[in-house]
Amino acid sequence: MSVQTTEYVASEIRSPASFVASRVFVYGALAFWAFICLFPIYWTITTSFKTAVDVTQGHLIPFVDFQPDWKGWRSLGLSPDSIFQTSTVRDEFLKRFTNSVITSVGASSLAIIIGSLAAYGLTRYRYRFAWFKNEDISFFFLSQLILPPVVLALPFLVLYREVGLLDTRIGLILLYTLMVLPIVIWIMRDQFNSIPVELEEAALVDGLSIWGAFFRIVMPIALPGMVAAFILAMVLCWNEYFFAALLTSTDAKTIPVMVASQTGSQGINWWSMAALATAAIAPLAVIGIALERYLIMGMTAGAVK
Amino acid sequence: MAAATLGLLATIVVEILYKSEVDTIGFETWRPVVYAYVLWGVALGIGQVLTRGEDGQRALFLLPALLFTIAMVIFPTLFGFYIALTDWNLSSFSGRRFNGLDNFWQMLADPYYRNALLNMVLYVLAVAVEYVIAFGLALLLNAQIRARKFFRVVFLLPLMLSPVAVSWMIGKSLMEYRFGPAATLARHLGWENPAFFSDPITARMAIMLLDAWTFIPFMMIMLLAGLQAMSREVLEAARVDGANAWQTFWQVTFPLMLPVSVTAVILRIIFKLKLADIIITVTSGGPGGATDSVSSFIYREYRDRSNVGYGTMLAMAYLVIIVVFVTWLLKFANRFVRNVN
Repeated sequence: MSVQTTEYVASEIRSPASFVASRVFVYGALAFWAFICLFPIYWTITTSFKTAVDVTQGHLIPFVDFQPDWKGWRSLGLSPDSIFQTSTVRDEFLKRFTNSVITSVGASSLAIIIGSLAAYGLTRYRYRFAWFKNEDISFFFLSQLILPPVVLALPFLVLYREVGLLDTRIGLILLYTLMVLPIVIWIMRDQFNSIPVELEEAALVDGLSIWGAFFRIVMPIALPGMVAAFILAMVLCWNEYFFAALLTSTDAKTIPVMVASQTGSQGINWWSMAALATAAIAPLAVIGIALERYLIMGMTAGAVK
Repeated sequence: MAAATLGLLATIVVEILYKSEVDTIGFETWRPVVYAYVLWGVALGIGQVLTRGEDGQRALFLLPALLFTIAMVIFPTLFGFYIALTDWNLSSFSGRRFNGLDNFWQMLADPYYRNALLNMVLYVLAVAVEYVIAFGLALLLNAQIRARKFFRVVFLLPLMLSPVAVSWMIGKSLMEYRFGPAATLARHLGWENPAFFSDPITARMAIMLLDAWTFIPFMMIMLLAGLQAMSREVLEAARVDGANAWQTFWQVTFPLMLPVSVTAVILRIIFKLKLADIIITVTSGGPGGATDSVSSFIYREYRDRSNVGYGTMLAMAYLVIIVVFVTWLLKFANRFVRNVN
């Protein structure tokens, strides 16, 4: 999605005074909303450097209001002076972090692979399984989006217990794949539709097989779309809490579950909670800022015809 | 391929026999059945290519996703309908007992479940307000401004953050009664007792606020894309005809944006219907179940009482309600868009 500047707003306003007024309004509104978006994040990051007094007194600005302190990060074992010492909390945190990375990357990759294949098939060929045609199959995939997690959660709890997948990363990966598959198919269908069929026809004439044409010709063109779908899937999996809370207990617990279990305990230390929350949101905040273009591309796929 | 089908069937039969203690040959868990299913899928794929040539190769694109989804959705859902009809408490020793429609009658009489459903109606209605804000933000971002990219990234940021972390950041600390800045601000504004989560009405509002904070960017981005895809000529024409900004918006922009708006709102409602994590982590349904969504209520039904049978019945009822509602919504939206254009 490229950004084009639209000039009608500025040019339609006639007198200089109302022009200034509208500018003030626009930038005021923008600044106000930016504040609403950023303040909670700012608050969390600064709180992770506070001590008890700073929290109770409501100090806000580091170095002016209060002296930053590594207290919160030390309790996580991630401050400069404790980073080389052994820390059970840090080990715990790193384990959860690894779990989150493995499950979200694994699920997103799996969803991209089978989702792109299915989306490609659905945009290029006509299928018939019994009385199901292409539209029905597409609808079947997309309708999974409606299915609330809570419907699947309890049956899966029981089934996973029987199959021995409870509290394993593979179990989570399979479920997350299911969760993001409709979104991936939605995005990729849009992508493949925008690639002209003539390209593959030429490739087939040149002697490539159907799969050869897909891998050598179509895939490279559709790669940006795949990246977009992958990142969107990553975000959804990383933030998922419901399934993780129900289906994992010790081994496969992910970051959100760890954060939530800390919140639940009585008499929380604000500074260590803030440090934990910061560490939990940091990876995605970085991804969001760096790869914002792809995220927007993924979210707007198929929305605008 | 035939061999693999036989293998799958054989594994299932052996396993059923073993579980029902008819014989003693078998495996400890059902896992071999999963492996057998995967093997069967692979064999089916190879068989397709061998027997049907090019058509088989085409089918191979679709097969993995199809087999995966069928295994992961259809089977658990059917199984879920069966569990829903049993009295099954994981923490009791008596195990599973078929009790027909008892759960169903219990559900109809359950005031907490009804309350959760009503809350869902309320939460879904909040989408209207979110939509207005999102549209406003999209218009702002589409106006001629400097640092557009900066504002877009900043506005998008809340969507990136894990709802669980957000519920601590905002729900548990910013809105904290004693020291939270939001509470302090509320005191300055004249609210003497800013307890966000002890009164049912304010608690619901606070939950909606939290949820809106994370999800407004989602609608905003879709609407922004719609605004940018709009053709400039139409707007130019409106201006040449002497329409002011207000008229242009209501008579040109808004009607043209209707299809995108409908898509965005429907997707948002679908996400809203799954709302659970924020409620579980911030209020755990409190005070007294006042803020419960259906999902968080069922979650607690399992976590606190291990009541799998009843919980599944609630979930299945919810599924039926959702499917009916969303089908109606899609039909209604289609007709609505057609009528206006």
